[in-house]
Amino acid sequence: MSATAAAETVDLASASVRELNQRLHDAAGGGPAAWRVENPSGAHALAAGLDAELDVEIDGHAGYYCAGMNKHATVRVAGNVGVGVAENMMSGLVVVEGSASQAAGATGRGGLLVIKGSASARCGISMKGIDIVVHGSIGHAGAFMGQKGRLVVCGDAGPDLGDSIYEARLYVRGEVAGLGADCIEKEMRDEHTAELRELLELAGADADPADFRRYGSARELYTFDVDNAGSY
Amino acid sequence: MTEFDVASKQEGFGTEATGRWRPGLRESHLFDRNAIHEIHRMAREGIYDIRGFGAKRKVPHFDDLLFLGASVSRYPLEGYREKCATDVTLGTRFAKEPITIDIPITIAGMSFGALSAPAKEALGRGASAMGTSTTTGDGGMLPEERDHSTKLVYQILPSRYGMNPDDLRRADAIEVVVGQGAKPGGGGMLLGQKISDRVAEMRDLPKGVDQRSACRHPDWTGPDDLEIKIGELREITDWRVPIYVKVGATRTYFDVALAVKAGADVIVLDGMEGGTAASQEVFIEHVGIPILAAIPEAVRSLQELGMHREVQLIVSGGIRNGADAAKALALGADAVSIGVGAVVALGDNSHHFEDDYEAIGTSAGFYDDWHEGRDPVGISTQDEELAKRFDPELGGRRLANYLRAMVLETQTLARACGKSHVHNLEPEDLVALTFEAAAMAKVPVAGTSWIPGQD
Repeated sequence: MSATAAAETVDLASASVRELNQRLHDAAGGGPAAWRVENPSGAHALAAGLDAELDVEIDGHAGYYCAGMNKHATVRVAGNVGVGVAENMMSGLVVVEGSASQAAGATGRGGLLVIKGSASARCGISMKGIDIVVHGSIGHAGAFMGQKGRLVVCGDAGPDLGDSIYEARLYVRGEVAGLGADCIEKEMRDEHTAELRELLELAGADADPADFRRYGSARELYTFDVDNAGSY
Repeated sequence: MTEFDVASKQEGFGTEATGRWRPGLRESHLFDRNAIHEIHRMAREGIYDIRGFGAKRKVPHFDDLLFLGASVSRYPLEGYREKCATDVTLGTRFAKEPITIDIPITIAGMSFGALSAPAKEALGRGASAMGTSTTTGDGGMLPEERDHSTKLVYQILPSRYGMNPDDLRRADAIEVVVGQGAKPGGGGMLLGQKISDRVAEMRDLPKGVDQRSACRHPDWTGPDDLEIKIGELREITDWRVPIYVKVGATRTYFDVALAVKAGADVIVLDGMEGGTAASQEVFIEHVGIPILAAIPEAVRSLQELGMHREVQLIVSGGIRNGADAAKALALGADAVSIGVGAVVALGDNSHHFEDDYEAIGTSAGFYDDWHEGRDPVGISTQDEELAKRFDPELGGRRLANYLRAMVLETQTLARACGKSHVHNLEPEDLVALTFEAAAMAKVPVAGTSWIPGQD
């Protein structure tokens, strides 16, 4: 589904971010479903707080918190995004054609975030149910304190992957520079291959699930044991 | 004594009853019975102590200040006849819908998880009956709480447990929590015994884990990011509701200036006396500054920016009664916030439960193991049987009464100083009993014009 010529266009060369977001929020009560945002110029909080099945195309780079707390909507960014893209997303789809800065998908509770380039540090930090698929690589501390959801990395992962992880599941195809506290490699069983295949398909990533390794929590730090104090 | 007896006795160090004083026995000031007991406990367990409540050490506080009532040079207001207003409007700087509370006392953020659902409901009932606000906590917004709170402040904490844009849009104000007075620089704690099914589900955590929340926000660092974060929250809520920034009292002058720069409508400032449901004791007692010292620093910062009363200041930390509240307002706060006081008003540490307290090795008036979830009163627990002991309607009435009494006390003092609104109280109405309090509060020592550090 992509915005067509009939899409409602907002040009941020003349309109403000406030006007854009207000119109998108008002559209939840009925109105155009397809939107196109021109000249985003790295503005912050673009298409934040959407709460309807809208289809929004951002024609360029976006700043911090693009599609923050998204619900239901599909947001596509034809460029790079700043810190915290799709932070705390509840549902819907966010696709970044370029790369993402830090904390992509932070604390997200649902929906799918696809980053076609690479993501920087703390991708999926404190993730709580979101699925994230990165076509490229991710920086350090990916899925830090990840509680729920799945992070798929087709490239490499930086140091401290999955540090202090709870129940999030991590799949990495390339090299992992290092695992964080309580994160271990785990067996790839059939159900994992199946869910990974589905995620790769949804994200349009041309990769073979058989090439991935799975990581998750050893669950040794779940209850504080003084003999583990050195692990933190 | 057999070898076994010796070993088991050593194992028991730190659990034995403390000694009894007799003439001729001199206790060390430094190594007193509590210090010795704690060293034994550390030697046995190898870990810091975790507890609830707030700082128990004595620090300069509002008790060290006195009001100068009216006399020949000032005239007072009639206690029962002349009006002394108490309303406070919060969020006048940027919010389309500022909130007005009828009394200058709000209920501080306390999580569902730390407190039982009925206790959260009672806080909402009591606050609503008095026309003031209550605040969520590190665990999301509970439906019981929203339903029984006419004005509800939704906290955004580093953990983001239960964070939900629907709740954000349902809130009457948003509070970005950077830190709290009991542990500035520390994250939340909720130990496994309090992670029930419902708490686990709201927080997206496995049941029974020891939850140690993040101490920093996941998606912003520093004042410039905070400004962008606040911008996002305003966009999501269409600039309707006020956005507060809560900080623990440390480098208050700078923190307040940076929060104002970042776009806060309201600053919430929590002194080191502020309560907690679970923190390391070393944190509770040794980090942060007393609220008495912090308020004048916050007010100075706001005044220099031309923002005093434009950005409202809510202060908390050890506020127990109308005298504490009135003194905080006189120093320049717009409102105060209570946490421990509210929990005590609900019945915490009540002597009616002395037998139950003794059964868990404590006593009414001393109970602070709120993190253990065994609260006999049913407030700081997730045990359904214990929680059933607590009646939210009665609790709500008790809280409303407590607030009512606090307001009457505050008004009594304000009228005595000749003020027709509690906000007309000013530092000039105060003197200090000690040099320390005088220096911190920046008011003169009683009977002198001396403010230590100002000449």
